[in-house]
Amino acid sequence: MPDGAPLRTAAAAAPLAVEGLTVRYDGRPALSGVTWRAAPGLTAILGPNGAGKSTLLKAALGLVPAEGEARFFGQPLEAVRARVAYLPQRASVDWSFPASALDVVAMARLPRARWFGALPRREREAARAALAAVGLADLAERQIGRLSGGQQQRVFLARALAQEAELFLMDEPLAAVDAVTEETILAVLHGLVREGKSVLMVHHDLSLVQAHFDHVLILAGRLVAAGPVAEAFTDSAIAAAFGGLPGRGRGA
Amino acid sequence: MSEFLQLDLPPLLAAMLAGGTCGLLGSFLVLRRESLLGDALSHAVLPGIVLGFALTGLRSAWPMLAGALVAALLATAAIAWVRRAARLDPGAATGLVFTGFFAAGLVLLEVTGARNADLDVDCVLFGQLETLVWLEARGPAALLDPAALAGLPRQLGLLAGVALAALLFVLGFWRTLRLIAFDPEFARSLGLRVGGWELALNLMIAAAAVAAFESVGSILTVALLVCPAVAMRLLTDRYGAQIWGGAALGAGLGAAGVLLAGPLPAALGAGVALNAAGLIGTLGGLAVAAALLLRRA
Repeated sequence: MPDGAPLRTAAAAAPLAVEGLTVRYDGRPALSGVTWRAAPGLTAILGPNGAGKSTLLKAALGLVPAEGEARFFGQPLEAVRARVAYLPQRASVDWSFPASALDVVAMARLPRARWFGALPRREREAARAALAAVGLADLAERQIGRLSGGQQQRVFLARALAQEAELFLMDEPLAAVDAVTEETILAVLHGLVREGKSVLMVHHDLSLVQAHFDHVLILAGRLVAAGPVAEAFTDSAIAAAFGGLPGRGRGA
Repeated sequence: MSEFLQLDLPPLLAAMLAGGTCGLLGSFLVLRRESLLGDALSHAVLPGIVLGFALTGLRSAWPMLAGALVAALLATAAIAWVRRAARLDPGAATGLVFTGFFAAGLVLLEVTGARNADLDVDCVLFGQLETLVWLEARGPAALLDPAALAGLPRQLGLLAGVALAALLFVLGFWRTLRLIAFDPEFARSLGLRVGGWELALNLMIAAAAVAAFESVGSILTVALLVCPAVAMRLLTDRYGAQIWGGAALGAGLGAAGVLLAGPLPAALGAGVALNAAGLIGTLGGLAVAAALLLRRA
C-alpha cells in the first residue's frame, strides 16, 4: 500500500494524491480519512452505492467541502487546473437544456477563449475534433435532448477530451450505456493512457476491471484496498467492500 | 398624435422595457430551474425600496434601486442560511424568506409613512402604468426636444438604464451564463466562481424587478420574469431563440397589454376599460398555454 508516503517529496508526483480526505454530508461521514496516491494509467474506483466514490472525485476537485488535502501532480489544484479534466455523472444535468452537442463540448474551451462575443473558430474546431473522437461528428448540431443516453455520455466524454488535460476524473462514464458507446469510451480511454495520460474512473461493472484497468481503488466509506489490479482486486477486498456479495466477475 | 405621445407612449415604453428586461433575464431563472427565485427577488426587494425612499425622502430612483439591491443581497444570503440551518429544500427556504421580506416591506410601508407619499399597497401590487404621462409632449417635435424629453416620467429612465445593463450583461457573458445554467458543477471544476456569477445574475434580476415594479407592480413583474421564458422553453431548444425570444415575447406582452387594455373590453361589449397590468399578466398566462398547445400540435 502506498499509504502514508509523503505527498510532496515523491520523485514523480502522482497525478492525484489525497491525504486524510474526509467528507461529511449533514454530519454523517460519507468518506473517512482516505489517504491514497493514484498511479499513472487507468484506475477504476470501485465500491457499493454510497461508498463515497463520486464524493472522492468531488472532494478532490473542491466541489464539496472536505477535510484533508488533495494534490494534483504534487501541487494544489489551483496551480494545475488546466491539466485536470472532470466528467460529471450524466444524470447531474438537465438534458432538455437548449444546447447542441457542440455547444456542450465547447464549454470545455471557456477558460481558453476570450470572455465576450462568439467562440473563436480555433476553439470551435477543437470542440468539433473532440466530438469526432467519440464518433459524434455528424450530430454536432443536434440538441442534446434528442441524443440517446449513450450519445449523451459520449458528449460528456468529448467535453472532457476537449479540456486537453493530463488527468481525467470521470464519474461513471460507463453507467447504463449501449454496447457501441461502451466500446467507443473504452477505446478512447486506452488511447489516452497510451498518450501517457491518467484516468481515474468511478465504475460499477466489476466484470470489466481485469480486462481494461491497470489499478483499482476500492472504497466503502473508507479505503478498503488500492493498488495494481493483480494485487488489490481480490475476492476478500471485494467481499469487504460489498458486504460479502460474491463479487468478482459479476455486475455490482 | 400628441394625445398618443402624452398618454399612451409612456406606459407603452414602460411596459415594453419592463417586459423585455424581465423576459430576457427570466430565461436564466427557468433554465436554472429556479423560477421561484424570480418571485422571491421581486418581492424581497420591497423593504429595500421602502427604506431607500424613507431614509432619503427622495422620489429619485437611485436610493430605491440601492435599497432594493441591498435587500436582494440580504434575501439571497438569508435563503442560503435558512437552507443550511434548517436543512430545508431550496423551494421551502426561498418561500419562507421572500414572504418574510415582503411582509416586512409592507410593515415598513405603514410605519415609515411612505404610504402617504406615493407608494401604496395597490401600487406595489399592480403598479401604476396608467399614471405614467408625458404632458410636455405637445406634438411629434417633442421627441427631438431636450426640454420636453426631460419631462418624461422618471421611471422610464430607470427602466431604460436597467434594460441596457441587462442587455450588456447577457451579451457579454453569453457563454458563461449558459455554462453556469447547464452544468454549474463542471463550471466550478473549470475554476469559475459560480456563486459569484449566480449572485451577479440575482442582483441583475433584482434590479430589473425594482425597475419594473414601480410601473407594473410586483405581481406582474413575477409574471414577466416567468411567463415569456416558460413559453419559449416549450417552443424552442436553441439557446439563442430561448434568450432573445423570451425578451421579445416579454416586450410584446407589455405592448399588447397596454394597447389592448382600452379597445379589448369595448370589442367584447364590456363598458369598462381593463387595467393594463392585469391584461399583461393574463396575456402572459395565455402565451404559455398557447406555447403548450403549439408544442403538442
